[in-house]
Amino acid sequence: MMATSKKILEQEPTEIEMLLPWHATGTLNARDGRRVDEALARDPQLAKQYAAIREEYAETIHLNESLGAPSVRAMQKLFAAIDGEPARKRSVSLDISARIARFFAGLSPRTLAWSAGLGAVALLLQAGVIGAVLVKNQNASFQTASLSTDQPITRALGPEAPPRALVRFAPDARVADITALLDNYHASIIDGGNGGLFRLQFGDRAMGKDEIAGLMRKLQKEKIVSLAVAAQ
Amino acid sequence: MQVLYGRHHVRVFRFGLRLVRDEQIAEDLISEVFLDVWRQAGKFEGRSAVSTWLLAITRFKALSALRRRKDVELDDKAANAIEDTSDDPEVAVQKKDASEALRRCLTALSPEHREIVDLVYYHEKSVEEVAEIVAIPENTVKTRLFYARKKLAGLLKTAGIERGWP
Repeated sequence: MMATSKKILEQEPTEIEMLLPWHATGTLNARDGRRVDEALARDPQLAKQYAAIREEYAETIHLNESLGAPSVRAMQKLFAAIDGEPARKRSVSLDISARIARFFAGLSPRTLAWSAGLGAVALLLQAGVIGAVLVKNQNASFQTASLSTDQPITRALGPEAPPRALVRFAPDARVADITALLDNYHASIIDGGNGGLFRLQFGDRAMGKDEIAGLMRKLQKEKIVSLAVAAQ
Repeated sequence: MQVLYGRHHVRVFRFGLRLVRDEQIAEDLISEVFLDVWRQAGKFEGRSAVSTWLLAITRFKALSALRRRKDVELDDKAANAIEDTSDDPEVAVQKKDASEALRRCLTALSPEHREIVDLVYYHEKSVEEVAEIVAIPENTVKTRLFYARKKLAGLLKTAGIERGWP
């Protein structure tokens, strides 16, 4: 059937005709992609139009690529302007509290009232459970904190540093994904950009060897991380 | 910021340059765009790709820059008046080079049509992303590109090139 491509000059375009450019660039969703494929297979006029679109696509890329790139001056101007900006200190805890504040701000008064009520009930239940446990263990003997002789006595020569890692993010990683990952791991970027590798620090306490290895394995499994290795 | 700049500045520059048609202004634009990004990083909601966000800011800045230039109007008539004067499509076709003529005609489109053609073909943005960047409904995105292509076909026809469509 040749109805898909109408007599274009006189009539409004069909939905399929209008989707052809996105089909050529591969940015249609699967459902629309299939619709266009089917229409192209049964309508030679549409296929002709599609061939013209592919030419336009190729030449638009050619044209834009011929425009060159900006000079170093633009970059220098930008970074000079950034240097002139007032210093900003980004705090993870502030970020989290801001998110929590935004979350609660987004709730309706009714939802908030229900949440507060549920919170109060949960507190009462918790108090009840603690009370019951105390009453049950009333005849238990007292125990004082004391030195355990079966544990070796060790002392660190200085405060142990939190673990660090060199991380390369996937090329399609979005800033928001990276920020979320940093939040999830309580991590901060302490150095980065060189060769696409970022030095990250995790939390504020030292970790054991096994714990660090586990952390690296977990990181390596993240979709937006293409490389993660423990570092100093 | 260096990573972000390194990854996106060329495309941002080219998009800006196609809109403002002045290398100096386009270079100033990218500094302004990335400085805005630096200042407003917290506002980025992550619902769209970073490149979509950057192109939307670039477009806004480019239109503001054009408005600041008193000698440039945004309507098609004036836009056509600042078209490349070295060769028109008719001259290009005399070169017997259909590809070259097609590129000339792409340059001769109105800013509104150029913008949508670039976003779809060069920046490979989906219907939804173009709608976000240009701040128009998705259906308008589709029809605008269709009529941009029709205009392009008309320019090519005037230049003596028949492609079998429309």
